[in-house]
Amino acid sequence: MGVEKALRFDEFLPMKSLDFQQDFFQLFELPSRFQIDNAALDQRYRDLQSQVHPDKFSHLSESDQRRSVQWATRVNEGYQTLRSPLARGRYMLSLLGVDTQEETNTAMPLDFLMQQMEWREALQDALQSKDIDALDVLSDNNRQETATLQQQLGRQLDESHDHLAAAGSVRKLRFLEKLAEEISSAYDELDS
Amino acid sequence: MALLQISEPGLSAAPHQHRLAVGIDLGTTNSLVATVRNGISVVLNDEQGSALLPSVVRYPEEGGVQVGISAQARQSADPQNTIVSVKRFMGRGLKDVGEVIDLPYRFVDSPGMVQLRTVAGVKSPVEVSAEILKVLRDRAERSLGGELVGAVITVPAYFDDAQRQATKDAAKLAGLNVLRLLNEPTAAAIAYGLDNASEGVYAVYDLGGGTFDISILRLSKGVFEVLATNGDSALGGDDFDQRIYCWILEKAGLSQLDAKDTRLLLTHARTAKEQLTDHVQIQITAVLSGGELVDVTLTRDDFYEMTQNLLARTLQPTRRALRDAKLGVEDIKGVVMVGGSTRMPQVQRAVAELFKQTPLTNLDPDKVVALGAAIQANVLAGNRSADDWLLLDVIPLSLGIETMGGLSEKIIPRNSTIPSARAQEFTTFKDGQTAMSIHVVQGERELVSDCRSLAKFELRGIPAMVAGSARIRVTFQVDADGLLSVAAREMISGIESAVTVKPSYGLNESDITRMLQDGNQHARDDMQARALREQQTEAAQLLEAVETALRLDGDALLDAQAQARIRLSMDALRDVLNGNDHLVIKRAVEALNQTTVVFAQARMDRSVSNALKGHNLSELEG
Repeated sequence: MGVEKALRFDEFLPMKSLDFQQDFFQLFELPSRFQIDNAALDQRYRDLQSQVHPDKFSHLSESDQRRSVQWATRVNEGYQTLRSPLARGRYMLSLLGVDTQEETNTAMPLDFLMQQMEWREALQDALQSKDIDALDVLSDNNRQETATLQQQLGRQLDESHDHLAAAGSVRKLRFLEKLAEEISSAYDELDS
Repeated sequence: MALLQISEPGLSAAPHQHRLAVGIDLGTTNSLVATVRNGISVVLNDEQGSALLPSVVRYPEEGGVQVGISAQARQSADPQNTIVSVKRFMGRGLKDVGEVIDLPYRFVDSPGMVQLRTVAGVKSPVEVSAEILKVLRDRAERSLGGELVGAVITVPAYFDDAQRQATKDAAKLAGLNVLRLLNEPTAAAIAYGLDNASEGVYAVYDLGGGTFDISILRLSKGVFEVLATNGDSALGGDDFDQRIYCWILEKAGLSQLDAKDTRLLLTHARTAKEQLTDHVQIQITAVLSGGELVDVTLTRDDFYEMTQNLLARTLQPTRRALRDAKLGVEDIKGVVMVGGSTRMPQVQRAVAELFKQTPLTNLDPDKVVALGAAIQANVLAGNRSADDWLLLDVIPLSLGIETMGGLSEKIIPRNSTIPSARAQEFTTFKDGQTAMSIHVVQGERELVSDCRSLAKFELRGIPAMVAGSARIRVTFQVDADGLLSVAAREMISGIESAVTVKPSYGLNESDITRMLQDGNQHARDDMQARALREQQTEAAQLLEAVETALRLDGDALLDAQAQARIRLSMDALRDVLNGNDHLVIKRAVEALNQTTVVFAQARMDRSVSNALKGHNLSELEG
């Protein structure tokens, strides 16, 4: 049997086992829960890409190659969505039909907003005084707060099923992610 | 006795045919081609036994193209027509090309990509690179005895979309089927990883002639996963040469050199750099075209000092890549050194200090990229079961579009695994707005003006409605080569319109076809032009000779009718002389020759008898 025959997309990858209608949890054969097994996710990701990646189809027909790109793109999107706790939480809520209103709903608890303002000031100070140590402290704080919020989001989604509260946690996490990006830029700036 | 089986040239005798595929490292300084032979990746040498083809292309005045050593040998004598380090100009506009003043070229600013004026006409960097690729393709086909099914061409990981597109265009122009554009550090990792069956997180530090890449990869059970990449696509060994060159100018009190002297001193600078790897100090001696002697001594310490900030420019992206991968130096199991410039001791020392470990240098840093590319080409051509390993690469720079206020809205962030697609919805700014201009940019900066502009296109036919209510969905798709295509769709009330663009910096399909045809056509045109000029010259000379002969001897040797016949024939030639068809002129020349045969014979006879009159034989012999 020729190599080409063995690798025909349709035979190799029956539509019944991989389906564009599947959600990402189904695609990655994981229970639809916030708490996921990252090792299993990584393993399934590699298995899937080993089947659909364009490198496996480069000597086959153009239509096979196109479908391979579509599938590999979807697998990448799914992996990135499930790998990131924020993206995963947002995705779970969207499956439940809950809009996280990250762009529109800016109402935040006062204590959270105060803390955010404090940290942003600290970031500006660290930049101005070129204080890498201060940046490290800020980065650590942000990481810890992110971890706490992720655990909270997990309980809201997996245990209490309080979707509105979960959407609130997603919005908070989006704040922290933006701050993390700004801290990273600050490192770049101090580095140059 | 058993008969020996001999296969037809170019055909494999193996039962299932081995598809000929190569990996090509199209480098700033040198280029290489490699292939997998009997399961082992090998670099293919030229007929003189050298693996490295200097990436130098010369357009000689007498026509043709020289590539490699022969072109390199003439770079000081003919600097303007000898293109060195063309990779630095791929997909780059004039304003991107740094330190232009010190390069001996005649640049032509053109939209998208800078071009170079040579004696053979204006050349785009794509065409120049295609000449290098053609030589490597010929080398491979001769060496392997058959036509290639395809090639993997490597590009710096930090190449943006325009630079990748330009590289792919050059390969197409050279008649190569591109199986994949592969990032150079990833190619190097394949060469290393498969040899050593390594597991863990590795850094690939790749400092070439004109580009710098740093990639952080996780190797695990045959999966090469690029976690982050960073770099500087305009930083390499050339810049170290430039520093020495500037130092020589300062030391010798020189200013404003011409193109030849510039190239001469740049060549000396490069030699000096290479020698300082093994020597603590070296003498640089050169005689300029005006006769001035340059004689300076450069120490290793001085060299380190003057290139310190170049080194710093490699360490900064390295730290960024680590941060993007969310890793510290302690997580890095090994650092692979790639690129000829990593031979410089100060580079090795700086990398060792940053990563707190001795970098790996057991594979030839000049060859490792081509070797890895060949291994991947062999898989992509279908010669080997591809279950063995998987490459998961990333895009190096964020892709976005311009929004109000000249700001870039990122749609696909850097270090996203490819292939990747992302869609984003935008809306109209004014009431009744029916068209929207979409500007695609690449880069990390907030301001569009600080990013690279990739493409601009317009979406028309948006139904007129209140500002902010239209929904325009823009979809970015990045393929496995890291190349982008963009589609925009307006999604209101069932009316949809979509447009797909290829970034404008690359050449589109019809441009490539045109260039391919132009190439063949130009060769034909050149030959015809030369034939025409030669024929015209010959005709003019003949007309003049006949005219003179008629004036001198016409009445004496020919009757009126014979003279009239010759005049007629001369007029016929004059009529076609300024035409474009050298064959028509040729026929008229032959006709005139025919008409004047008798006249010429008569003149010959008479001049012989005249010459003999009053002279004896001995005088004639003397």
